Amino acid sequence: MKFTLKIWRQKDAKSKGAFQTYQVDNISPDTSFLEMLDILNNDLVHKGEEPVAFDHDCREGICGMCSLHINGRAHGPGKAATTCQIYMRKFKDGETIVIEPWRSAAFPVIKDLVVNRGAYDEILQAGGFVSVRTNSVPDANAIPIAKADADESMDAAACIGCGACAATCKNGSAMLFVAARVSSLAKLPQGRVEGARRAKAMVAKMDELGFGNCTNTGACQAECPKAVSIAHIARLNREFLAAKLED
Amino acid sequence: MALKLDSKIPAGELAQKWSNHKAAIKVVSPANKRKLDIIIVGTGLGGASAAASLGELGYNVKVFCIQDSPRRAHSIAAQGGINAAKNYQNDNDSVYRLFYDTIKGGDYRAREANVYRLAEVSNLIIDQCVAQGVPFAREYGGLLANRSFGGAQVSRTFYARGQTGQQLLLGAYAALNKEIAAGSVKSYPRHEMLDIVIEDGEAKGIIARNLVTGEIERHGAHAVVIATGGYGNVFFLSTNAMGSNGSAAFQCYRKGAGFANPCFTQIHPTCIPIHGTQQSKLTLMSESLRNDGRIWVPKKMEDVQAIRSGAKKPSDIAEEDRDYYLERRYPAFGNLVPRDVASRAAKERCDAGYGVNETGLAVFLDFKTAIERLGKDIIKQRYGNLFDMYEEITDVSPYEEPMQIFPAVHYTMGGIWVDYNLMTTIPGLYAIGEANFSDHGANRLGASALMQGLADGYFVLPYTIGDYLSAKIQAPKVDTTTAAFDEAEKAVKERIEKLMSINGKQSVDDIHKRLGNIMWDNVGMARTKESLEKAISEIQALRKEFWQDVKVVGTADSFNVELEKALRVADFLELGELMARDALNREESCGGHFRSEHQTEEGEALRHDEEFAYASVWEYKGMDEAPELTKEPLEYEFTHRAQRNYKN
Repeated sequence: MKFTLKIWRQKDAKSKGAFQTYQVDNISPDTSFLEMLDILNNDLVHKGEEPVAFDHDCREGICGMCSLHINGRAHGPGKAATTCQIYMRKFKDGETIVIEPWRSAAFPVIKDLVVNRGAYDEILQAGGFVSVRTNSVPDANAIPIAKADADESMDAAACIGCGACAATCKNGSAMLFVAARVSSLAKLPQGRVEGARRAKAMVAKMDELGFGNCTNTGACQAECPKAVSIAHIARLNREFLAAKLED
Repeated sequence: MALKLDSKIPAGELAQKWSNHKAAIKVVSPANKRKLDIIIVGTGLGGASAAASLGELGYNVKVFCIQDSPRRAHSIAAQGGINAAKNYQNDNDSVYRLFYDTIKGGDYRAREANVYRLAEVSNLIIDQCVAQGVPFAREYGGLLANRSFGGAQVSRTFYARGQTGQQLLLGAYAALNKEIAAGSVKSYPRHEMLDIVIEDGEAKGIIARNLVTGEIERHGAHAVVIATGGYGNVFFLSTNAMGSNGSAAFQCYRKGAGFANPCFTQIHPTCIPIHGTQQSKLTLMSESLRNDGRIWVPKKMEDVQAIRSGAKKPSDIAEEDRDYYLERRYPAFGNLVPRDVASRAAKERCDAGYGVNETGLAVFLDFKTAIERLGKDIIKQRYGNLFDMYEEITDVSPYEEPMQIFPAVHYTMGGIWVDYNLMTTIPGLYAIGEANFSDHGANRLGASALMQGLADGYFVLPYTIGDYLSAKIQAPKVDTTTAAFDEAEKAVKERIEKLMSINGKQSVDDIHKRLGNIMWDNVGMARTKESLEKAISEIQALRKEFWQDVKVVGTADSFNVELEKALRVADFLELGELMARDALNREESCGGHFRSEHQTEEGEALRHDEEFAYASVWEYKGMDEAPELTKEPLEYEFTHRAQRNYKN
């Protein structure tokens, strides 16, 4: 297969970026999208040009490192898949593919397709944890947890922190990301103890870092590579309101 | 001068050693902890749990990772589970049984005392993770569920769907975030350690490169902890993350730390087979699939050919024409034999010509029987995400047709030599998790890597590091303007300049792929004297080529992925040779190390305990010099060393 790639190139955070066009051919349909970029990059190195910088690591859809808007969609054309899990058979032979970094003011570009997602770490540092000390804990089976609750907690905990939700949201809201953590812990007795404080602190930090507000368009859910449901946003709202009412 | 190896294994009964040792080692008072600085490199399960626990104790911790967030370390990709001796299933599990299975699984090449401690603290890990809000799988009664893994006849594996590593790492990362928020830990993402600084014989800090700006930084501390995982990417194609590398560990080795058992590599039996030549990465299918999946190839060669040509589908092959070769060869453990045994058995069938894809390098993992017995829904519940992942990659649904699998490099049991305190041969320098060599011998059992990373970080290092630091309470902050720091920084800068200035014809990946082929063909699943000697000379030649002909584009003082890769591959080119040398020295087969010259009549690994019951510890002598071997004898006081038997 062959493709025309229009890729966003930007030297560093301070420089102005622009699209550049590249051709790749002899691509097997079984090649992954990122392997296709590896092939392009190896060609560029041989030509003495700087390869396209992009984030990636595990290539199994779990580390959350890969990103990219592909043809305008976060993580490309797959359903519930990250960019590294997209295979070229998803595209038409000869197609032009537009590749951009995450579009979010809270994730500034570092170089080419690489962005800074440190804001997500900061939100979690505001309260995305259970304050237990190492070794100061009861036996694991001391508190039974209904299977349905544990399963729902796990559904939310599947979030990989990739940033697709905020990048795809027209308001640049990080609500799905925040909700995933808040909701996962809210469904467990261990997390309930600090539930009110957590919801308030994480929402406040999200606002402070310049993420937008949620207007329930559901775009985040549609593009989430882990199919995290916006039902968790409803739970976050409930947690947040209940906490505020107690103030 | 040979290395001085003092394993510091405490005296006494096996079950009392850790308690005795904890009682004997020194502690540091809270007021003094505040004066002490610790650097941790790597934020996987070992690094994150250690950083969180040490920060919580009151030390000043700096934690470094190459990714954009500590949460992305490769522990996140572990799928199947984590072992613990809880005996929640009432199947007669115990600390002793977990210890014994691990020692036996490692083919009697690990230290008894370390492994016993690992089994002993395993239960604490599960308690800790549940308290952090890790959503482990549960039964309808609300209590924790378990499943089985290879090399065990009990169900002791705790899991969170097929994402156990992710959930445990998110737990450790959350604990780390708690400490970052509290100010006791400072995080340095997108930073790579490029050298360790040794002064007066002790570890005093690191030289790191800021991967965004290219700036070379100095960081001093009273102790340095390496938690950077394994070096499986020396093979180019592996299940490791693209960025996983052996460089931090290799810098320690270069500066004098002993490197133990480098040839002990784990080849995981259930990975998606290689297609074509332009692949960058292999994908693992969790070992948990072997709970319900049955591994087979056709009995008849004509069926093999019919499947390869597409004339027959695997589901067309009648039951009696299938060779469930693991069940045939190992009735007692069946499809749940340890990884090294399963991988070699797949190789044996493929070498005999029964491989089921066009390359002849694949076997089937079939869920037909399980789906008939349990129904599609239950299989979907257990493995749904893995089945989806498989279908996404291969375009084949495992609900309809069996998966095709083949072994691939997955984990390295070898690593930096450490004593019982997890300290390397350099005082003040520690190594934890996959980066050290200590617990898995010649083969790691499934679901034990997560256990070891968290054991080291939560429950071992926080105690043992105090013993060393108690002598440092009067020591001032480490001065990073000394000659040792100057020299280390200068050496790093010169190495970078050299790489940038070669301007040859081959990309870093071109050379890395060639190294990978040499390693896989000669230092892979089966090794011989000839193949290893060949590998050594080919790697030496390739290394020369690298330093004369590599092309690194871009600049050193900016975000430059090619430079990052070049620095790592430069180290792989030395590490690969070290692995081959170690494999050549070890004239026996054990665990994942299979020397074709040394096998039983049935083709099983044949150990030579009289000569090789030791850990081989190598000391660096220079890039083109032979390293020096020192042996740490492995004594088996509490277990009887036997030929491993998974047949009955």
